[in-house]
Amino acid sequence: MRPYVAKRLAQALGVLWAAYTLSFLVLDYLPGDPVSAMAGAGADTGQVDPAQLASLRHEYGFDKPVLAQYADYLGRAVRGDFGDSVSTGRPVTSTLADALPQTLQLTGAALLLAVVLGGGLAVLATYTTRRWLRQLLLSLPPLGVSVPTFWVGLVLVELFSFRTRLFPAFGNDGLRGLVLPAVTLAVPTGALVAQVLAKSLLTALDQAYVETARAKGAGRLRIHLRHALRNASLPALTVVGLLAGQLIAGSVVVESVFSRDGLGRVTAAAVTVQDIPLVQGVVVFGALIFVTANLIVDLVYPLLDPRIVVAASRKVRPA
Amino acid sequence: MTAHPDSRTPRWAALAALVTSSLLLSACSSSGSGSSSGEGGRPKSGGTLTFAVSSDAGCVDPQQVGSNDTIYSLRQIVDSLTDQDPKTGKIVPWLAKSWEVSSDTTTFTFHLRSGVTFSDGSPLTAQVVKENFDAVPKLGALATLAQGYLSGVESTTAVDPLTVRVRFKQPNAQFLQATATHSLGIESSASVRRSPQEKCSKGVVGSGPFELNGYVQNQSITLARRAEYAWGSSLWTKQGAAYLDKLVFKVVPEAGVRTGSLQSGQVDAIGSVGRANEAALRGGAVNLQQRANPGVVFNLGLNNSRPLLKDAKVRQAILFAIDRQQIVDAVFPTGTEPATSILARTTPDHTDLGSDLAFDAARAKSLLDSAGWKADGDGVRVKDGKRLSLTVKWFANAATNQPALELIQQQLKAVGVEVVLKQLQIAQFSPTLQSGDFDAVWGNVTRADPDILRSSYSTRLANFYHLPAGPLDSALTQQAATTDAAKRKQLVAQAQQLIVRNAYAVPVVELQTQLGVAKKVHDLDFDASSRIQLHDTWIG
Repeated sequence: MRPYVAKRLAQALGVLWAAYTLSFLVLDYLPGDPVSAMAGAGADTGQVDPAQLASLRHEYGFDKPVLAQYADYLGRAVRGDFGDSVSTGRPVTSTLADALPQTLQLTGAALLLAVVLGGGLAVLATYTTRRWLRQLLLSLPPLGVSVPTFWVGLVLVELFSFRTRLFPAFGNDGLRGLVLPAVTLAVPTGALVAQVLAKSLLTALDQAYVETARAKGAGRLRIHLRHALRNASLPALTVVGLLAGQLIAGSVVVESVFSRDGLGRVTAAAVTVQDIPLVQGVVVFGALIFVTANLIVDLVYPLLDPRIVVAASRKVRPA
Repeated sequence: MTAHPDSRTPRWAALAALVTSSLLLSACSSSGSGSSSGEGGRPKSGGTLTFAVSSDAGCVDPQQVGSNDTIYSLRQIVDSLTDQDPKTGKIVPWLAKSWEVSSDTTTFTFHLRSGVTFSDGSPLTAQVVKENFDAVPKLGALATLAQGYLSGVESTTAVDPLTVRVRFKQPNAQFLQATATHSLGIESSASVRRSPQEKCSKGVVGSGPFELNGYVQNQSITLARRAEYAWGSSLWTKQGAAYLDKLVFKVVPEAGVRTGSLQSGQVDAIGSVGRANEAALRGGAVNLQQRANPGVVFNLGLNNSRPLLKDAKVRQAILFAIDRQQIVDAVFPTGTEPATSILARTTPDHTDLGSDLAFDAARAKSLLDSAGWKADGDGVRVKDGKRLSLTVKWFANAATNQPALELIQQQLKAVGVEVVLKQLQIAQFSPTLQSGDFDAVWGNVTRADPDILRSSYSTRLANFYHLPAGPLDSALTQQAATTDAAKRKQLVAQAQQLIVRNAYAVPVVELQTQLGVAKKVHDLDFDASSRIQLHDTWIG
């Protein structure tokens, strides 16, 4: 078990470093810099003293050679210091820490909805013996994956906020404010869960052990839930790891449509004004969430299927 | 991500009916509520105004902020030395009861009102004003607007507790109007001493009719009324404190969500209403309020040093080839006006040069003919083997930019000029201007003083458009040095004529600010810079 965990941890750190480095390179390649972005947005004529721009650039360290900037930033990032946001002057870490709970609420609620609704849909679709119902239910996930998230959000707002005023159209006000954004974000996520789970359920139901269980006299429902679902949930669990990434990406759109505070909004705003320290922080932070989710999934696997550790450990040892 | 509710509504209605018809019924019954007769009723105190804006500048210091969406709220927490009448452009008393300007416009002396306090309890004194004007230039690029107004300042002195004197190295007539802007809003002594970053994130202390009560980045700015307020601008109708108890500015980036929230009564007013949202707002309990932004209109800023554009005939041909009315009708919100000068109508001393800017394709063609540019097979004119092609650089800071430029591209093609459009990052705006690496740029500048022409077109300053030195310079310099209103008007008129008739820049369309305001909200008024004052606003 220990080499397996160590390997997974090393991979996670590698992903974080790659995310940091790639985002640094991309941001460095982009034309302009945050200081001229500030000046350009403030005065539409660009009547700014170049000397002042230069002194600001110096203050933020944008005048150093790229490699020196990289080493400098990476060194501090390792210690958890991502510098100050150029647009607000607040430390990047506290900006992210403030936004995080809002996004966790949103993505948590969405994930829960996605698993319950998507999982329920998959179980129902594979359990029913009515052909037409199964076809209908199985056609929903591709639809859910393909409709644009912001369109779903706008439809929900129109129906449940503007027309009926059941829920607020924007803001972070408690549970009522969470409903529409969470449902919006749950649509593509739940669809993915449903798609994967339905497929692996159908595969599992064809396996020999199902026949065995049936021969032993187990009921249809029992076979479906106890035997097939347990085995089919492994691929679905892999997907949940990937979903962490999808949820973070989706929160950019959902938080913008519903004007919710959170990491997504911070990201959108940071990118618009080229707030490089903040964008870097967001990228690494997003990668951290993604990596952590996948690490948890990786560590949960062996609990469901001990063979995984054996296989992984074998690969780690030199041949 | 701009929604198009006008084309969307019927489809969505069908969808709603599909989901449940009872929901739809309750929606219809609610849409008519909340409207009250336009001007009827007496103003009353109390209530909260909720205003949805599209963005957050990430900073709550009026001296540092340049974005309208944020100025709407921050304007309410600071007072200025003077105010500007939006109808006449005249500068009138506010925190300063009176002032004197030296005849060479280098020295400005302000006599402050007594009894003014900031919301932290400290009094307004000449010393506090001095501290503000000393601190603003140090904000540098963080406060480009404010810093520009004070550029060339030699010294600010507190002559006595209520008299403050500002001296400039050169004549600087624009400064008086600058004291009326939010950018030079006066902050308390303790507030001035905070670091720029601290002022951004925690806010500032002003003497305005409202004080900052809460700021959640990207979410909301909340302001509360100051009951003891008694030093309002001489333009305001109500004496003393404001009517409204509370102002809440919500940040709602999605245009469709802003529109729907206003229609459904979740907010009382919204900013940035585009053409696509107008239809949805008409006929309901909502008024659309528009005002042209003063300053330099949206124009093609030509690089006059480029070989192609050195020839006045070519520049003039471009000016005549543009059908401004067609652009306005096709792209901009209702009520937007074609440019009638390089300055917008709402700028003081604007001169109507509409006839010089009339669309005349035949004239454009003959100008190009006489300049030696001959029509070629593919429609683009050529001369000495060179094509008449120019690149217009533009920046995505308004949804109207791209469609407007594409129409201009077509209109110029019709007379044989090829236009290549190149979109740049907003961050590249000032580097592009500074480097001079452009044929033309698309942009505007909001400023309620004609001196904006000097900052943009004087060859003695940055001269980003590479104009040749000439009579325009002396007109611009002299208007900055005169206190005689009639003389200044005449000089500014002369400057506008020189810019338009030489086609140093090609004016196209005025930028218009459009708000959606619930009918129950009264006296939500534009100020001279087409932003808003909410002291006189009431809900009833």
